[in-house]
Amino acid sequence: MADLKESPSQTAGPYVHIGCMPTFAGLEGMFHGTDLGARMITGDPMGDRITLSVRIIDGAGDPLTDAMVEIWQPGPDGGFGTTTGFSNWGRQPTCADTGDAVFETLMPGAPQGQAPHVFVWIAARGINMALMTRIYFPDDTNRSDPVFTRAGDRAGTLVATLADQGFSHIIHLQGEKETVFFDV
Amino acid sequence: MTDLIASRDLDWHPPPLAPDYRSSQLRAPQNARLHYDPTQTEMSGPTFGHVLLGKLDDDLILNYAQAGEAAIGPRIVVHGKLLDENRRPVPGKLIEVWQANAGGRYRHKRDGYLAPLDPNFGGCGRCISAADGSYSFRTVQPGPYPWPNGGNDWRPAHIHFSIFGDGFAQRMITQMYFEGDPHIALCPIVQAIPGDAAIDTLVARLDMDATIPMDIRAYRFDIVLRGRAQTLFENRMEGL
Ligand SMILES: [Fe+3]
Repeated sequence: MADLKESPSQTAGPYVHIGCMPTFAGLEGMFHGTDLGARMITGDPMGDRITLSVRIIDGAGDPLTDAMVEIWQPGPDGGFGTTTGFSNWGRQPTCADTGDAVFETLMPGAPQGQAPHVFVWIAARGINMALMTRIYFPDDTNRSDPVFTRAGDRAGTLVATLADQGFSHIIHLQGEKETVFFDV
Repeated sequence: MTDLIASRDLDWHPPPLAPDYRSSQLRAPQNARLHYDPTQTEMSGPTFGHVLLGKLDDDLILNYAQAGEAAIGPRIVVHGKLLDENRRPVPGKLIEVWQANAGGRYRHKRDGYLAPLDPNFGGCGRCISAADGSYSFRTVQPGPYPWPNGGNDWRPAHIHFSIFGDGFAQRMITQMYFEGDPHIALCPIVQAIPGDAAIDTLVARLDMDATIPMDIRAYRFDIVLRGRAQTLFENRMEGL
């Protein structure tokens, strides 16, 4: 039986980049000058390389330009073990101009019992507890994925769009096209 | 056998929409979050080894300072334990922190507060929890700062924390406040948390036992990640 309560969440605020990606924030040389999670492809891994571009739109239709997006995904084999030359975890800021968080990654495989997907975790000013969602790919097997089907008739908001070098995906925080967010 | 992460008590956390915190108005999803029990995707997550860390990563007093110099402000060590809800230590987890300087100014191009930058203070640090869950870092006490929220709004002095757990289901970002700060009761970001008992867990206590005479004061701040709820057979873990 639990006897402590989880620490309550608080917003990451507008300056999350100072702590989590100091080089991006302009703190020259901090933490060896390398931001954690900035590169998912670290060698010459097997698998299909894709660019996954994620944009987050607020209730006024404007892209978030001060967010931090983390993704966690299976490797090409569908597992979360080590893939040589590849990190299953990535972390990117949303670009101050376009609002895009751009991940150079590998096409995920299908974990046992699930369709290929990317887990997404979003922290930003105005977001009191990081938002959790998933990105699926245009794929017939989505219909047998237990999380995808849980989203019901809103599941379409979880599917990325084929783009030039990979996929792009728009996450809507509010409105008619509001993305499905999970409590998991 | 595999442990399952306990469900999150959403009533203990701030809701997405906290109208007095204006930034939440356009950023709070309007539909309820859909619940599912963590799959292997959320039960797993990145791991970080000590090899990652530089010698001064946990020392904000020195890690941006010129040789022989130091950040200005009240010297403090912030320490505590990373635990789960079952009071078990959570070892080997990355903790990242960031904060304003002693005057309340962030080293960030979007922060234009009147208080000056401190050339010897960057404002970020990181460490990895030890085998017994303990962690600590040295810094200067941050100042309160004003922020645009439509009124005369000042943040209580605070340190931002980003914490990894065993899997993404435990991942969290929060803020630590300081005992006795009158701004805690006035801050719409803090007060978005529904209960005083929950808020109190984010308030660090002055710790005279860990304070080093003539050197540095200590504040104690324990962090709690979601615990393990049930034990299930491996074959029920697949999918949902
Ligand atoms: Fe802050």
